[in-house]
Amino acid sequence: MGSATVKLTIDGREVEVPSGTRVIEAAKKLGIEIPHYCYHPALSIAGSCRMCLVEIEKFPKPAISCHTVAADGMVVHTDSGVAKQARAAMLEFLLANHPLDCPICDQAGECKLQQYYMTVGQYDSALLDNKVKKSKAKIIGPHVMLDSERCILCSRCVRFTDEISKSHELGIFNRGDHSELSNYPGMSLDNPYSGNVVDICPVGALTDRDFRFKVRVWYLDSAPSICHGCARGCNIRVDYLTRRLHHNDGKRIARFKPRFNPEVNGHWICDAGRYSYKTLEDEDRLYNPRVTDGNGDNPGWNAITGRIADALSSHISEYGVGSVAVIASASMTNEEMWAARQLFYDGLKIEKIAWRIPPGPDDIDDDLLIRADKNANTFGAEQIFGPMTHAADVQQVLDKIAEGKIKAWIVLDRDLSPAFGEEKIRKLTGGLKFSLYAGSHLHATSRSCRFLLPTAVFTEKEGTITNFSGRVQYFPLVVPPLGDALPMLEALSRLSAALKLEPISTDPGAVFTALAGDIAHFKGTSYAELIKRWAPISKIPS
Amino acid sequence: MKLVSRNFATPDSHKLAVYEQSGGYARIRKALEMEPQKIIDEVITSNLRGLGGAGFPAGRKWSFLPKGNPKPRYLVVNADEGEPGTCKDKYIMTYDPHLLLEGIMIASWAINSHTCFIYIRGEYVKQARILEEAIAEAKAAGYLGDKIFGKDFPLEVIVHRGAGAYICGEETSLLNSLEGQRGWPRLKPPFPAVEGYLACPTIVNNVETISYVPWVIELGGQKFAELGSERNGGLRLYSVSGCVNKPGVYELPMGTPLREIIFEHAGGLPEGRTLKAVIPGGSSAPVLTAAEIDIPMDFDSLAKAGSMLGSAGIIVFDDSVNLVEALAVLIRFYAHESCGQCTPCREGTGWMRKIIARVLDGGGRPADPDNLLRIANNIIGRSICPLGEAASLPVIGFVTKFRAEFEEYIATSRKVDAPATTSRMAAAL
Repeated sequence: MGSATVKLTIDGREVEVPSGTRVIEAAKKLGIEIPHYCYHPALSIAGSCRMCLVEIEKFPKPAISCHTVAADGMVVHTDSGVAKQARAAMLEFLLANHPLDCPICDQAGECKLQQYYMTVGQYDSALLDNKVKKSKAKIIGPHVMLDSERCILCSRCVRFTDEISKSHELGIFNRGDHSELSNYPGMSLDNPYSGNVVDICPVGALTDRDFRFKVRVWYLDSAPSICHGCARGCNIRVDYLTRRLHHNDGKRIARFKPRFNPEVNGHWICDAGRYSYKTLEDEDRLYNPRVTDGNGDNPGWNAITGRIADALSSHISEYGVGSVAVIASASMTNEEMWAARQLFYDGLKIEKIAWRIPPGPDDIDDDLLIRADKNANTFGAEQIFGPMTHAADVQQVLDKIAEGKIKAWIVLDRDLSPAFGEEKIRKLTGGLKFSLYAGSHLHATSRSCRFLLPTAVFTEKEGTITNFSGRVQYFPLVVPPLGDALPMLEALSRLSAALKLEPISTDPGAVFTALAGDIAHFKGTSYAELIKRWAPISKIPS
Repeated sequence: MKLVSRNFATPDSHKLAVYEQSGGYARIRKALEMEPQKIIDEVITSNLRGLGGAGFPAGRKWSFLPKGNPKPRYLVVNADEGEPGTCKDKYIMTYDPHLLLEGIMIASWAINSHTCFIYIRGEYVKQARILEEAIAEAKAAGYLGDKIFGKDFPLEVIVHRGAGAYICGEETSLLNSLEGQRGWPRLKPPFPAVEGYLACPTIVNNVETISYVPWVIELGGQKFAELGSERNGGLRLYSVSGCVNKPGVYELPMGTPLREIIFEHAGGLPEGRTLKAVIPGGSSAPVLTAAEIDIPMDFDSLAKAGSMLGSAGIIVFDDSVNLVEALAVLIRFYAHESCGQCTPCREGTGWMRKIIARVLDGGGRPADPDNLLRIANNIIGRSICPLGEAASLPVIGFVTKFRAEFEEYIATSRKVDAPATTSRMAAAL
């Protein structure tokens, strides 16, 4: 007692860990994965699956490594005959009542039962008797489906709802081999974080109703990314398809999963973020450049940027640059904001760049992850647009349109109708002499603009965003943009070229370097470093 | 000699006045004049063991309470007597509740606890009522309450009824249940003496253990110890059931030979029957064959013989009993009572039940005895609490020691019509 670290030997290798460390974590430090189901580093210790049994010298019997605290001089064997036999026996017990329905189970391919069966299982079955019957395909919440027969009663989900979401919907009922996981009577698993129980379920008991039966997981590729659902910037893993798109209704992005980052989101993401992937490839995507009062043909990027440049130039010469406002999305990347500032403020001398819309009454910061601010990069906008703009609040711009002082606007990837109402937006834009929308989706705001430029969603481009605490996070390109869409940086660059202004780089790294040379918050950060900061991803979450 | 059972036959022995006539509540008066540590020392000297079944020395358990911990301490009396074949605590609570209360008072004074819970199994409705009445009587007499016996020492005793789960006799499940949680065993460490009820230092003792404490005070630790055998102090209650002429609860010294208990005290077997097997310490204790009963009934001797004294619930089988069917009853009990928390016990007990049910139903296979042994051995030492062991040890005992009977049953039951009782039993499984 007293010393800050202890030294123990695991499989013949010595390791030093802080005192109080559990053996399973000490082994992890040596790169040894001790099989386990109920143990999860972010949850309390249940010690019930008994899968992580190891042999510890001088202990009378195998000990569970998730609960045993590492001690000085302890000698642990994770691979001895005793340990292997104990594990094989526990796995045999776990499978005794587990249905052999892997071919129709969504978890197949990322199932810990399958994985450990291959590595530590006992291959010959001794089971002659019928398995216990329990409820199947039971809807326990808006996002989660329960198959009780597949459940191994590890209680991770119960502990999640007790300790993380603190919503207490789940419990284990009955006794012995009739024990069954369920939601409490009258309660539904519909807390804002319910999808996480699917991630931590080591088997196919809890499946995502959204992902169920869509794609076999082995057809999926994975890429690390950052959720754009709010100002938290949760680290996520994007699972996507490049072939067999017909498995996923023709869509490439199949699901978002949380990616462990202790400094941002821990192991979790919220349901709003998790299912936000659906908007990425929905039917409202804007695929082609468009002129709303044109003949409906796709004019192509060169023609339309030329026409936009002409229209904008003549508008400015007729009404003055003071009559033009830019409304930027606070979810654009730092680089896109910098490019927009270069183009509109430095190049065209437009002084009104607005991005700020106060959160709605239902949007609040909770004490886990969710932020009231539903924009991914408000912090970056404050840093980049803040110092120069004369109208940070979108409300100011709308007021000036109503007063007739602003007669043209350029909207960058933002729908104003949820905050201000469709009717109001349509009415205001009706009086505009020039309107341009560059963004990814068709909605009330974009439909009321004259020129439409299609841009990429965040999985179709790379860049950096700054979360509410000022943390700058990089995300890479996952899939190429749909249709004729281009990354915003590319769109702004083409517009700049058509307007014959200073060229804008389409390389996010180069833009970030320029930005970091100017804005204090980004000084000393290099793009290469941000790329390096990516946490590695694994296909099967721990 | 009788100590705890001395008043069992006295009319109205559960009343305070009757209890005091026989010298009741003199020991607590004596104890309150003693230093608490002196009481603990006497209990250590007395070799009083944990009589719920584990046999852990009671005095040593008390001395595990952490010193200098500012949290309140609790005494919890385990009256969840659920071990098949055991009915001794029921007798104490029915016929001598004030003896238990006096023991509680002495133990509370010794460990400095001001609240005691008696966790009584839900089926003991009558006993719970008797205890409540006894507590009310003691309170009215000033023996419980703010100042017990006028001393500046408050003590409350609360009867808490369980809801009928064998697992809640395991001390950490009992504490969870007492706290209003699901009766699942806790991982140890921490042990209850350090973090028990509401994470406060807690001593959990069996009814019988606490009921012997007044006698340790009256006789003195040394004299109490001499009544029993080496390291097994005093007397204890043996519950004898099964194929004997006089089943019942007998108070005899620790270390009394099993043969003497069965053939002298319990009146031997019915006319014309021969002894086949004996479970010596509640259904969890590995069975002994007829040849193994010349053994002193104390914790250490039985452990040495590969069985255990446990709760001293002696179940006697004569040659009229089919041991396959007897084991089926036990397996069914443990599969029903497994709490389901940990994998080996939850799945293993259920699996054994399915196998034995199939055997009884005439579907036995030659590999079944070995598979039962393999499953039982895979449970032992891997479960969170001792229920896994309790379920496996009888299987190993029966199948190993009476293997021929199992093999014969499997070989013949396919051919002959099973007796009606057997089919009924198979259906019940």
